[in-house]
Amino acid sequence: MRREARVRREPLWLAHLVHRVSGLVLVTFLPVHFLVLGLALERTDTLDAFLRWGENPAVKLAESILVLALGLHLFGGLRLLALEFLPWSPAQKTYAATAAGLAVILSLGFFFNAV
Amino acid sequence: MLGLHLYMLQRLSALLLAPLIAVHIGVMLFATQGGLSAAEILGRTQGSVAWALYYGVFVAAAAVHGAIGLRVIAFEWLKVPASCLTPLTWVAGLVLAALGARAVVAVIG
Amino acid sequence: MDELIAVRVFRGDDRAGAWCSYRVPRQESQTVLDVVTWIQRNAEPALAYRFACRVGMCGSCAMTVNGEPRWTCRTHVRNVAADNRLEIAPLRNLPVIKDLVTDMTEFFEKWTRAKAVFEPSATRADPLPLISPEGEQRKAASEGIECINCAVCYAACDTVRQHAGYLGPAALNRAWTLVNDERDAGNRARLAAVTGPEGCTSCHSHQSCQKYCPNELNPTAAIAGLKRKAAAAYLRGGR
Repeated sequence: MRREARVRREPLWLAHLVHRVSGLVLVTFLPVHFLVLGLALERTDTLDAFLRWGENPAVKLAESILVLALGLHLFGGLRLLALEFLPWSPAQKTYAATAAGLAVILSLGFFFNAV
Repeated sequence: MLGLHLYMLQRLSALLLAPLIAVHIGVMLFATQGGLSAAEILGRTQGSVAWALYYGVFVAAAAVHGAIGLRVIAFEWLKVPASCLTPLTWVAGLVLAALGARAVVAVIG
Repeated sequence: MDELIAVRVFRGDDRAGAWCSYRVPRQESQTVLDVVTWIQRNAEPALAYRFACRVGMCGSCAMTVNGEPRWTCRTHVRNVAADNRLEIAPLRNLPVIKDLVTDMTEFFEKWTRAKAVFEPSATRADPLPLISPEGEQRKAASEGIECINCAVCYAACDTVRQHAGYLGPAALNRAWTLVNDERDAGNRARLAAVTGPEGCTSCHSHQSCQKYCPNELNPTAAIAGLKRKAAAAYLRGGR
């Protein structure tokens, strides 16, 4: 009933949402990653087939998005660790933007390296 | 809604994960050059105590960090009742740790 | 020819409510509190709202104006109603008693739960403690002690919204000023009170509190300070 959306346009609220969503993406991906690696136990031919399938540029793009999620979560997380353990800095929006920028660079680097 | 113990576990696992991930990204960038194969992966990791330790710690830290993160999401977004949070966190952590341990065994041999 | 502002005001309470529309004459140097007062005097005598000093000192007139929590006596209409439209609602995250009046009980109860209360360590028979204004702790305390409990930060906080028991920015900010008060003797209990599941560890550092605080305080920084203190105590083996 009461208008609430305004408070959520804060850049640092968005930074938190990005951190949470990227974390969710990663924690969902991780079991899949573990299961694929587990194929090395007895089914290395299946693993090889999977890895060959993974050479497909569309898959590389998806992996780059995963790397983006990883970068956003990692660099954003480092900003939070600094915020919570080091003396306070007022430049939080700048750090958040820098973290996002580094994550994009990492993801692009992975993509162009991999395709 | 984390007490101090879980809060510290979350932050300490994060501090541990940061350098582990940096190494992992580096290895992946190197390994994916020229295509990946099971033989190439196993050739690097099989029988290696160093990789076993590295990935073992990595899996443990990721399981703790992921499970606690899921706990917060369950509470804040899914409104899971407080009494269900601890069992949920344990299940998530153990599933991640078990799958991860299996993957470590798979590549270390 | 008088310019008119189209004003929508929330009327009702948590069980039932509706937006009511009024047309208020626009004036030079008019605040949102002036608008609300005009409505109550000229259009809707039953409109309930709070104010006291009307000069930006008491914090009683805090409401949600065009989606943002602010002191209405310090919000000039020309700054928020450029297109001659205004939307006024009660503060978020608090139960509504009637119209623009919220129930502040829980806000103050959380203050007490956070042990954001001074605990003396000396008696009147003891000499006065000499606290230098240049000391680290004194400066840290100074940055937070101008809080007048207006609840704007509490209304702005999205974590309070999602987490009903969260102590909130105001209570934790005050706790931090007391943690830095060298005369205070209650820090052991206070740190325990602010590091439970509803304490400082729940803050996600959105900094909405800092953005909207009319006294320019920074509860996010204060909460980060509490986290640092708690972490140091934890790692030293205390708790």
